[in-house]
Amino acid sequence: MNSEVFIEVFRDPWLLEWRSSLLLVSMGWLVAIACGWLGVMLLLRRIAMMGDTLSHSLLPGLVIAFLITGSRATWVMWIGALVAAGVTIVLIELIQRYSRIKADAAMGVVFSFMFALGVILITLFSRQIDLDADCVLYGELLYLMVEPGVHWMGVTLPPAAWLRMVVIAALVIVFILSLYKELLASAFDNDWAGSAGLPNRFTHHTLMAILSLTIVSAFEAVGAILVVAMLVFPGATALLHCRRLPLVLAATSFHSLVISLAGFHLSIWLNVSMAAAMATVAMLWMISIWSGQKIKSKKKDNLTCAT
Amino acid sequence: MSPLEFHDLTVSYRQKPVLYGIDACFPTGALVGIVGPNGAGKSTLLKAGMGLVPMSSGWVRFFGEPLAKVVRRVGYVPQRNAVDWDFPVNVRDVVMMGRYGRLGLFRRPGKLDRRIVEDSMERMGIGNLGSRQISELSGGQQQRVFLARGLAQQADLYLLDEPFAGVDAATEEAIVVLLRELKQQGRTVVVVHHDLGTVERYYDHVLLLNMRLIGFGPTQEVFNVENLRQAYGGQLNVLSRLALQRARTTEG
Repeated sequence: MNSEVFIEVFRDPWLLEWRSSLLLVSMGWLVAIACGWLGVMLLLRRIAMMGDTLSHSLLPGLVIAFLITGSRATWVMWIGALVAAGVTIVLIELIQRYSRIKADAAMGVVFSFMFALGVILITLFSRQIDLDADCVLYGELLYLMVEPGVHWMGVTLPPAAWLRMVVIAALVIVFILSLYKELLASAFDNDWAGSAGLPNRFTHHTLMAILSLTIVSAFEAVGAILVVAMLVFPGATALLHCRRLPLVLAATSFHSLVISLAGFHLSIWLNVSMAAAMATVAMLWMISIWSGQKIKSKKKDNLTCAT
Repeated sequence: MSPLEFHDLTVSYRQKPVLYGIDACFPTGALVGIVGPNGAGKSTLLKAGMGLVPMSSGWVRFFGEPLAKVVRRVGYVPQRNAVDWDFPVNVRDVVMMGRYGRLGLFRRPGKLDRRIVEDSMERMGIGNLGSRQISELSGGQQQRVFLARGLAQQADLYLLDEPFAGVDAATEEAIVVLLRELKQQGRTVVVVHHDLGTVERYYDHVLLLNMRLIGFGPTQEVFNVENLRQAYGGQLNVLSRLALQRARTTEG
């Protein structure tokens, strides 16, 4: 990379267009934090696939909600998503309880069915529906920059999508902090937590409801595929090197910032979608943390051998 | 009111009965060993009692009530291998979970809870391991953590699933001391036990199980040759023969 490119990629965005740069990076961070914190909970429960499952299963919910109301307003999409998530979770639980199919297979079966249902509905009613499949799958953070800011009491606030993500990220953080005990105990030992009188079902279902709201809200920003990436990468990276849950959550927030910032610059450099750049950076970042750890533990082993 | 009562409890797994028509009423303050061969359904009995395994018939009462009503008075200590010990918590975090059931939604542990947690760890001899990450514990230490979590629950009835499995001699001794203390405090303790050689020393009551209830009562009355033969049948190994012999000498 020569110095000209360096300036163009790293300096100019912050010098010439710092407003939109800040908007994009903070949006990426908000999405990554909301997904990342929830992702930690999924990883600890060994249901990381649930993010994948829900993000696909929400499609028919969104389509049906749109067909009924004829509106693409956020709250309509939220209701459609919640209903679809509810159906998905009930189906998975029924399959697990009444058949010999295990959890992972049950998730696979249900989400592919729900996604297929969504595709069929879109095709059947394609004339009424103006859903851009590319947008749903890949998302586009850059839309933020063309979306007008919200005017409120004479002040121009950032666009509605950004404000929504602030609300969602706050909701996720408040939810995890206030149900901390229940989430921790049921992830560590679900049977025991139930035997000690903790409300496992309530905890699980609230987690799933907030997960679906987050997925729908992050959809338009980073797209379905990359929501799954943000659900897994920040948390998995934090779990590599943190030994206590509060530290894991703090590190998840930090990794989210790194991923968003580096993803932003990579997307400018290569002129590609910021969401895709974020996922790529996330993988590289995870590998570097992991190898750093390997080197550290090897050094430690050598020391113990020497003494 | 009996702290634990099974009535006609039957548990099946894929249409095959695992436990069949168990009737048992546990006396308050008893220290009960549940004994029987592998696959006799010892752990299943506890799990069915705690509602972790579905029953096909019968009922269980705790202090005369269904479990949900008296859940704070019952402490269940599962087998060590039930959890992932690579979980991002330290010893103190796990023991603190024992307080969660009493706290209720949205309440954070207070000073009293923290003191109870420290006391429980102290009693199990792991007072100095509070900040240790749980993946760095030995088998015996893991078991002590689970028991300390149980202590923190301050229950009146304890159900322990194989607490002696794979622990070192010092831990075994510490657990025996704990069981006696709990009994002295008037609490009822039910323990799934494997080693026939120690049954008489550890427990004042024995429940002999092999899918059906073979015998239940004070150890001297129930732990005898006929009952053991009935429970273990042809599969008596060296260890159990040793116990048989001991049973014979105590009888004679």
